[in-house]
Amino acid sequence: MAVLDSRLTGEERPVVDRPPPAPRKKYAKWSTRAPLLPALIFLIIVTQLPFVATLVISFMKWNSLDPTNRGFAGFDNYVNVFTDPDLRSSVVNTIVLTASVVLISLVLGLGLALLLDKKFRGRGFVRTMLIAPFLVVPVAAALIWKHVLYNPEYGLFNGILNWLGFSAQPDWISSMPMSAVVLSLVWQWTPFMMLILLAGLQSKPIEPVEAATIDGASPFQIFRYLTFPHLRQYLELGGLLGSIYIVQNFDAVFTITSGGLGTANLPYMIYQTFYQAHEYGEASAAGVIVVAGSIIIATFALRTVSSLFKEEKR
Amino acid sequence: MKQTAGGRIWGVLAWFAGIVFFAPVAWMFLTSLHSETDAATNPPSLAAPLTLDGYTEFFDGGAWPPLLNSFSASIGSTIIVLLLAIPAAYALSIKPVEKWTDVLFFFLSTKMMPVVAALLPIYLIAQFAGMLDNISFLTLLYCSMNLPIAVWLMRSFLSEVPREILEAASIDGAGLITILRRVVAPIAMPGIAATALICFIFSWNELLFARVLTGVVAGTAPVYLTGFVTSQGLFLAKVCAAAVVVSLPVLIAGFAAQDKLVQGLSLGAVK
Repeated sequence: MAVLDSRLTGEERPVVDRPPPAPRKKYAKWSTRAPLLPALIFLIIVTQLPFVATLVISFMKWNSLDPTNRGFAGFDNYVNVFTDPDLRSSVVNTIVLTASVVLISLVLGLGLALLLDKKFRGRGFVRTMLIAPFLVVPVAAALIWKHVLYNPEYGLFNGILNWLGFSAQPDWISSMPMSAVVLSLVWQWTPFMMLILLAGLQSKPIEPVEAATIDGASPFQIFRYLTFPHLRQYLELGGLLGSIYIVQNFDAVFTITSGGLGTANLPYMIYQTFYQAHEYGEASAAGVIVVAGSIIIATFALRTVSSLFKEEKR
Repeated sequence: MKQTAGGRIWGVLAWFAGIVFFAPVAWMFLTSLHSETDAATNPPSLAAPLTLDGYTEFFDGGAWPPLLNSFSASIGSTIIVLLLAIPAAYALSIKPVEKWTDVLFFFLSTKMMPVVAALLPIYLIAQFAGMLDNISFLTLLYCSMNLPIAVWLMRSFLSEVPREILEAASIDGAGLITILRRVVAPIAMPGIAATALICFIFSWNELLFARVLTGVVAGTAPVYLTGFVTSQGLFLAKVCAAAVVVSLPVLIAGFAAQDKLVQGLSLGAVK
């Protein structure tokens, strides 16, 4: 622009008068970037650097109760993680817990979302009742399930059995510990799935459904060929976000079974390895493995979010 | 005729499901108002006399410090998060930097990393800096936990501000501050409020960091609740009262943000 101007006026200005173009462009660029920087720098320092440290510690022999015996361990910690039966079973538990909670709450959430998508009296009130479990603090919810519902002597479940005339009074947590944890988490996460799927249902265009109804399609056909394909990406999103949150679950396992009775998942195991056994190296190796697993889920999750995102921009 | 009968069945089914899901919450509330002996009966005593003993005992048992810790960590981190997230969201929506989608997805990817993997180094840093059992350190961690969510949410709210209005305002000679105050803020305000409520909920609920990094001084409400994990004897009314009190702020914030809750939980991917 400046060059063009000088040509038009035919004026030869000294070079010093003209501001050097490169720095000004740079300045503009940085002034656009500036508002972003505090957040970005803060996040990199607080979330990314610790992972690097975890990676480093995972290759070290380090137990804080034995501080003199610290050094390089190579892949020993990883070998230990994969050969330690407790840690191996915690990997299996994490997968079982996450998969069952996500699948069950997704199916229930879909059912509830389809119900709430219909018109009936008191719909807003029913919706509020259904959201409530998600808004109970997770530790509080786990405590309620453990002591107030599952308790074999005076818990509500056995109370209801008693009311209905059954003599059986099972000890829910000891007889089926994993299902007990899963059930309490399904109760909390079904509303989450329901909300996402309901949002999906309500963003569904109405015209194709009307056209199909006029053409004589059955409700099942409408669900199978119109509603379900539209909902697919919302189901994916709910499943992936649910997986990300539940893989990390600590509260329910810690509260309901304290990691006992074969329910310890990876987060609980890592907590125990580092906080109670002080095995820093092994805990870090297990942490790196969780991260590796999460990256796989996260890749799919990011892809789904990104496809929804592009659709929105269109 | 057949249609309405069918419709009625769906309604009944929905009501039934709603009551089943709500029952544990209702039961928790009812039990919190019973005396300990009435709370521990089998079959359960529905119509037992109501009392506030559970609440009195909970508050007399040292519940105030953890509740105040939770409030200061949650509110403090929410304010810092908003101060960091709003400018960042501005640079990702209204006046976007180059490759802004990449930056946005970087923010999201940090949220997908399990916190448990960063727990040990963070603990060691806190130990080294003498910040164990310190509520400010916990507040800082909650900021990092919520910042990606807040950036995503604020970006999706700010991108709803119409470009034409912004251009018109700047042509009319309004400066940056005026545009932000008079044009952007009024449109973005409900979004900012919803973001704040959602960040508050996540910080308030957090247990793992609080459990590992705090103790007697800076313990938060969820940490205080873990004291009930191995309780024995008559304590059901007290534990229910505790659960009600600790969940109350989340229930209030959650219902206040109800419309934006899905958008927040899906990181702005679902409207």
